[in-house]
Amino acid sequence: MSVLVYVPIKDGKATKAGLEAASYAVAIDSNAVAVTAGEISGDAGLGVIGISKVLSYSSSLTDNAQIAKLVDAAANDAGATTIVFSANLEGGATAPRVAIRQGAGYVAGATELPEGGSFTRNVFSGKAKANIEVSTGKTVVSVTPNAFGVVENGGGEASVEGFDAEVGSSKVSFGEFTPSSADGSIPLPEADKVVSAGRGLKAPENWGIVEDLANALGAATACSRPVGDMGWRPHHEHVGQTGVTVRPDLYIACGISGAIQHLAGVNQSKVIVVINTDPEAPFFKAADYGIVGDVFEVLPKLTEAIKQLS
Amino acid sequence: MKLLVCISKAPDTTSRIAFTDGDTSFDESGVQFIVNPYDEWYALVRAIELVEANGGSVTTVTVGDATSDPIIRKALAIGANDAVRIDADPKDSTQVAKLIADYAADGGYNIILCGKETIDHNSAAVPAMIAEYLDLPFVAFATSLESDGSKSTLKCEVAGGTNSVEVEGPFVLSAAKGMSEQRIPNMRGIMSARTKPLQVVEASADATTSVVKFSLPPAKGVCVMVDADNPAELVRLLREEAKAI
Repeated sequence: MSVLVYVPIKDGKATKAGLEAASYAVAIDSNAVAVTAGEISGDAGLGVIGISKVLSYSSSLTDNAQIAKLVDAAANDAGATTIVFSANLEGGATAPRVAIRQGAGYVAGATELPEGGSFTRNVFSGKAKANIEVSTGKTVVSVTPNAFGVVENGGGEASVEGFDAEVGSSKVSFGEFTPSSADGSIPLPEADKVVSAGRGLKAPENWGIVEDLANALGAATACSRPVGDMGWRPHHEHVGQTGVTVRPDLYIACGISGAIQHLAGVNQSKVIVVINTDPEAPFFKAADYGIVGDVFEVLPKLTEAIKQLS
Repeated sequence: MKLLVCISKAPDTTSRIAFTDGDTSFDESGVQFIVNPYDEWYALVRAIELVEANGGSVTTVTVGDATSDPIIRKALAIGANDAVRIDADPKDSTQVAKLIADYAADGGYNIILCGKETIDHNSAAVPAMIAEYLDLPFVAFATSLESDGSKSTLKCEVAGGTNSVEVEGPFVLSAAKGMSEQRIPNMRGIMSARTKPLQVVEASADATTSVVKFSLPPAKGVCVMVDADNPAELVRLLREEAKAI
């Protein structure tokens, strides 16, 4: 079995999502080959993951139609039978295209390595798992961010080869970028820590204590649906059934009761902490740790306690 | 303008999740089905708004048997002009996308709108696959859409924020929160939906994947309660026990 992985690049280096996808690829095939778009520095940090060879396309690409053509060509070049993506926003939009181009079966958002030819993924918004078998000779699989993690195999430098492909012209032009967090560094779906708040905060001007805790933890901020709908927080921070799904190592919910629609967006979190004045709030049933108390008193103390750590 | 909206039936959010046939299929007994929320709230409603502003028609397309007809009538009640049901048992993303792409290929649609994912299988794959089958641009996770039919301006979610995007000519999009507000059908809409055309088309395509087993995650353990006056204890637990910070 020969494995190719598409690795997104930022500032010349593989992104965290890309390193996770590469780690997954290497775990399936120790000779896995990576394909990248855009200028890279050195081997883009892929050698230590265990990637043997990087096929480097010189220009950066944003249109999923073009990325799909690049990966398709690289897969043919490498003779790949399994093609790995991160199931982040870009990978999730590109991988299905490559599956069609390659006549491959597509597994979206694998959470574990394949076992006995079957892939595991979450379905019903994390309320169940499914084992998927692919009936075609080739497989395209996207890997759920933060599920498999970055694994360094202590490999040496990966060899880098320039790679050219006919990616066609783009009918999509990308304009202004608006970052969702102040520095744009932590995309919510990929964040490994999330501090989320709901109506218990009472008013948008009270979000300072939420942001203080998030900053102390290096976490992204999120909110419940009512808060997004009332315009207290931007829509893209809304976590839940109809908003963003998060899978952080740590999810801290402040003043959120835990409606089933909200839980659908967070129940894949590894550790859930709930802070709420109402001991009967349904969220406590889904939580690992809970504090019954007023967020206005608890959050500043919690922030201080975290600052004490460093 | 001519818009095609892909809608799928999905189990109501509060449905009990259980499996049957040796854990290979979803147990539909007693389950209330709804229009997949992303398809309805965002894709369908925005399509209707654009046609109300610019003129034209909104057609919905669904892959499924007659048990999908109630949710198709709901879409017509909300304001779609007509509907197509491709009479096939939906097996996987590839098969569904192929059926829709084959149907849409000669339809002259300006935009094909989908929800960003269904709330049962959560693959988010059908829209991109339709785009690939039809060799069209694909804008994923769109949060706003303006269009005159030939030129479209969108905002879409990208890593770390949102991007504005312009597309020339026909394309496929997947709709996310922000695109539009939910619409409740009124009595006139519900009455007129009964007589709007619902065309049933026979077609088949091959699936490339299958679910060999569904399973439920192990039950969550008991929540450990920490005193509100002692957040330092929570920090200790998160660091030493949960190893989360």
